[in-house]
Amino acid sequence: MFKQLCVAAAATVFLLGNAAPSMAADSPVLTRIKERGTVNMGHRESSVPFSYIGSDGKPQGYSIDLCMKFIDAIKAETGLADLKINYVPVTSQTRIALMANGTIDLECGSTTNNLTRQKQVDYLPVTFITGTKIASKKGSGITEIEDLDGKVVALSLGTTNEKAIKRVAAEKGIKLKTVMVKDHPQGWLSVETGRADAYASDHVLLYGLISKSKDPSQFQVTGRFLSYDPYGIMVPRNDSTYRRLGILTLADLMRSGEAHKIYDKWFNPGPTGINMPLSDTLKKAFEIQALPH
Amino acid sequence: MFNNFDGKVVLDNLHFLIEGMQTTLLLTVVAIIGGLLLGTLLALARLSPFKTLSFVAGTYVNFFRSMPLILVIFWFYFLVPHILGRPVGGFYSVLVAFVLFEAAYYCEIMRAGIQSVRQGQIYAGQALGLTYQQNMRYVVLPQAFRNMIPILMTQAIILFQDTSLVYVVGIKDFLVSADLVANRENRILEMFTTVAIVYFVICLSGSLFIRRLQEKFNL
Amino acid sequence: MNYNWDWGVLVREPYLEWLTSGFTWTIVVSLTAWVLAFSLGSVIGIMRTTNSNLLRRIATCYVELFRNIPLLVQMFLWYFVFPELLPQDAGMWVKRGMPMPEFTTAAICLGLYTASRVAEQVRAGINSIGQGQRNAGLAMGLTPAQVYRYVLLPVAYRIIVPPLTSEFLTIFKNSSVALTIGVLETTAQARQIEEYTFQGFEAFTAATVLYIIVTSIVMLLMRFVEGRVSIPGMISLGAK
Repeated sequence: MFKQLCVAAAATVFLLGNAAPSMAADSPVLTRIKERGTVNMGHRESSVPFSYIGSDGKPQGYSIDLCMKFIDAIKAETGLADLKINYVPVTSQTRIALMANGTIDLECGSTTNNLTRQKQVDYLPVTFITGTKIASKKGSGITEIEDLDGKVVALSLGTTNEKAIKRVAAEKGIKLKTVMVKDHPQGWLSVETGRADAYASDHVLLYGLISKSKDPSQFQVTGRFLSYDPYGIMVPRNDSTYRRLGILTLADLMRSGEAHKIYDKWFNPGPTGINMPLSDTLKKAFEIQALPH
Repeated sequence: MFNNFDGKVVLDNLHFLIEGMQTTLLLTVVAIIGGLLLGTLLALARLSPFKTLSFVAGTYVNFFRSMPLILVIFWFYFLVPHILGRPVGGFYSVLVAFVLFEAAYYCEIMRAGIQSVRQGQIYAGQALGLTYQQNMRYVVLPQAFRNMIPILMTQAIILFQDTSLVYVVGIKDFLVSADLVANRENRILEMFTTVAIVYFVICLSGSLFIRRLQEKFNL
Repeated sequence: MNYNWDWGVLVREPYLEWLTSGFTWTIVVSLTAWVLAFSLGSVIGIMRTTNSNLLRRIATCYVELFRNIPLLVQMFLWYFVFPELLPQDAGMWVKRGMPMPEFTTAAICLGLYTASRVAEQVRAGINSIGQGQRNAGLAMGLTPAQVYRYVLLPVAYRIIVPPLTSEFLTIFKNSSVALTIGVLETTAQARQIEEYTFQGFEAFTAATVLYIIVTSIVMLLMRFVEGRVSIPGMISLGAK
């Protein structure tokens, strides 16, 4: 199935390529990739199971798999069969800047597509839907953000969650003490070691962190969604040719059901046992985004 | 949490850690060479009879010496690609940051070293008919370097320690590699303790070596 | 280069407030750490010049230990590792019971680290005075403590004003390392502003200017102090 798809995709691209041989020429990103013979792929180090370093030291995950399909399409488009991938680790604080300044050609992590960020970067279709929730120790009596009044909550710098928590807390007059951390593992560690009562992040990432902790049964993810966070693969702004190639790749995957398979590989139950079957919302999102040729 | 200290995690990831240490060493060596070259030029500029040249060099040195290294790393990491209009990889950005930053410190060491060469030597050179350049090249700098060897080496150890600050932009040096393993395996305590011990052993051996050298050659 | 300059971002709320608060933290962390570094560094430095083998050895160990581990790694040790070594209650107190845990940890770490450097300066200052003065003091019947109090230290501290100034500036710059454990000081706030507004040039320039201003003020101040306390006929130790 996969092979057929690749052949089909390659053939399509080949035909399109013949019809419009200058397609790469009007795309600055494709041009620079072609010149370098290398694609710079931004990835996270601990966004389980989207983009994280596996035990072999290489990035892996749901977003990485999707990006690999995109890179296959880039290979076909540029005619570079031996296109090299240069892995660039990014954090929630560095990803936008590195995309905006051209260091990375695509970012495969767990990045929310929002309109503020679209002033700097562009996105491919939504590949996951999540939102801010709270993780804490079982028996801590914490369910909703209101329960965090006077408690210590860890927040990851530069995330949409940080902004969401601070906004809701300000609206509701909840007094929080915050511990600012660099990335998810540090936030998680502060809950595990008792430095913070809770860590607020995208709910799927919290499940990922719990699934990797020493004793997953000790922890819980609770509360209503405090924000709406649709994830997308990030690409540079103002390059519709390049972006279209990515949209085409993902639309094909979503139409053919390949996207569902990749999803199941990482989430149902997934290598870390995260166990999140494809939700109805995301299934619908796949359907809607499977644009026809 | 500490009573089940797990040393195995270090051995299992040894290969990964060694790779990180190679990056750290590469960064240190290139920064020393680049910093030393640029620093020497700056020192010569600062001591040169041309007012403008020495003013520019002086401003450069004071500017970089007023800034925290972390801020310099951020500057170059995020904004150099903007200026150049094309990406330079993270590693090269911090390399540039380190060379430019360390040059300011090396400049001051070199300046002190050059000034430590007695005036009589310079007069002697001039009396022999050496030009300014020849005098610097054959008389002053060789002696200055000899006087400076211990300080230069101490600065190298400081630089080696300073490279750990690339942590803030996630270049995979020794500390970041250890941090990655720590996060992946959930073994933060073990990894950070190991990192501290490794740095300590290397830096202490370095400073003991310098002391031995000083005693032996009476530097 | 296409970049939308907007210097106004620096005076707009909440960014102005972020910068102000970041700058305040930088100053508070630096000063707190300096008080610790200066007092502890003096004690350790003096210990290294005493006649007691034991005291000298302890002080040497301290200096070597703190000088040979990168500051950033020490910061992580104090923040992540140290609380886990303590009994559980004490560990919890360090993590959240004590006032402003991140700030306190950062200030203590920075203070202990810099103490090892101050100690070296104090030792160099005392040693530069020479054995003669010490012997003269002892011959006059002063106790060793009195020799330090009335003969050695008053001279030593005046000699080492320049290197101590430079150590103070180092502590001030090193306070930026505190951002790695979540203290939102000047550099961290500049980054935050960059992230929220994408106005990196403006944010980093603001931080740079703040650091340069403080450095210049301290230098001017110390040049004045130096002039007042310098001892005629004695060269003060060069800043290094």
